[in-house]
Amino acid sequence: MLTKRIIPCLDVRDGKTTKGIRFKNNIDIGDPVEMARFYYDEGADELVFYDITASAEKRGIMIDVVQRVAEEIFIPFSVGGGISSLEDMRQVLLAGAEKVSINSAAIKNPSLIEQGAKAFGRQCIVLGMDVKKVPVSPATPSGYEMVIHGGRTFTGIDALWWAKEGARLGAGEICLNSIDADGTQKGYEMDLTPLISGNVSIPVIASGGAGIPEHLYRVLSRGKADAGLIASMTHYGTYTIRQIKDYLKEREVPVRYLW
Amino acid sequence: MISIIDYKAGNLTSVERALKKLSVPCRITNDPNLIGDSERLIFPGVGAAGEAMRVLQGEGLDQAIKQYFLSGRPLLGICLGTQVILDFSQENRTPCLGLLPGEVVHFPDPLLDREGSVLKIPHMGWNRVDWTRNHPLLRQIPTQSHFYFVHSYYPIPRNETAVLGWTDYGPRFPSALAFKNLVALQFHPEKSGPPGLALLKSFSEWEGKDAD
Repeated sequence: MLTKRIIPCLDVRDGKTTKGIRFKNNIDIGDPVEMARFYYDEGADELVFYDITASAEKRGIMIDVVQRVAEEIFIPFSVGGGISSLEDMRQVLLAGAEKVSINSAAIKNPSLIEQGAKAFGRQCIVLGMDVKKVPVSPATPSGYEMVIHGGRTFTGIDALWWAKEGARLGAGEICLNSIDADGTQKGYEMDLTPLISGNVSIPVIASGGAGIPEHLYRVLSRGKADAGLIASMTHYGTYTIRQIKDYLKEREVPVRYLW
Repeated sequence: MISIIDYKAGNLTSVERALKKLSVPCRITNDPNLIGDSERLIFPGVGAAGEAMRVLQGEGLDQAIKQYFLSGRPLLGICLGTQVILDFSQENRTPCLGLLPGEVVHFPDPLLDREGSVLKIPHMGWNRVDWTRNHPLLRQIPTQSHFYFVHSYYPIPRNETAVLGWTDYGPRFPSALAFKNLVALQFHPEKSGPPGLALLKSFSEWEGKDAD
């Protein structure tokens, strides 16, 4: 049986992770390569790197990070943040990432999804979606709207429509981030996630709001998600990947152990 | 030396990196002569069957791979490399290499699990393999191991004795094949963590004899 994936997300700026792993003995790991190695050894099923480097000149640093990560870990990982052309995708994939995640660039230029899927295969293309709950309106019949710029800019695009359109254009997977739940540690968005996952044929990674293992249990069962993105709950040593998986296994959610 | 066939399909460098981590020498090549000259051959790949066969034929690699296989030296297929080893793929209705009789089919659409829920296609993520028998490549691998899959098509060898492993996704499908000096995997050992690396390591030491 296909297992549900637990995916730590690392935000990287200028080649350093913005949130290191903080261990109980106050040792901090801020190097993305070391963090990737740590999570690989812990049994993470996949990793997501999100590049929040502001300046274009420093983007080469991320390619170097991707190369070094690819030499150390032998599970899939994706890279997102600032990818806006086929050439950006090619560089990241050649450096050793399994997948690229495109977000606002796909909204501005939907054909990028199609071109990326054609050039590299649809399994490489993750559609990143930042979503906010809004009143139901003719433009947003699902009650969820696509937002960009970290949630500051509304696009007028309905989230459910965009998920279906992204899948139709060739995205191989959706990473669905609720801006409302993000950072709260109070649980994933439990209406949005099954709405999207139940209406597309491609896998959906739930993102935003994970604080305790029960949140993962809920989103991976009733929430119909195929995978759950986590950050703070393991970065700060509150939980280990193993603890989360044990919790899920006890509740009959299929998970993978290292060996 | 292990050669990794370069036919412009997918992520060759991930196989190379995995072998490098294992300190196993290898080279990526599209030169039919170097392929003929290899001790072991890996046929990786991500992409579509039609385009893959077009490139293989265009560069004379199809004949080089067939001759290599007939020489009895170890051959490892991965994902698309596994699929094009059979006679025919439903993907782009493509005649393939025919090293192993059988064909490649798409998952039924819609694909349902035992409870009648719809399963996503592609089959993407970690799943187990139920091995049908012992094989030298499996010596270091615990039976409960999970491997990383990403595919919408899968191989069906004409003779079921060629199935080395089955995986459940809706109905079960052949996820590993073994036939003489060939082992062909639908999953990606280079992306499957420690058990995947162990399998690649065993391949680097395998002499091409099927019996354990």
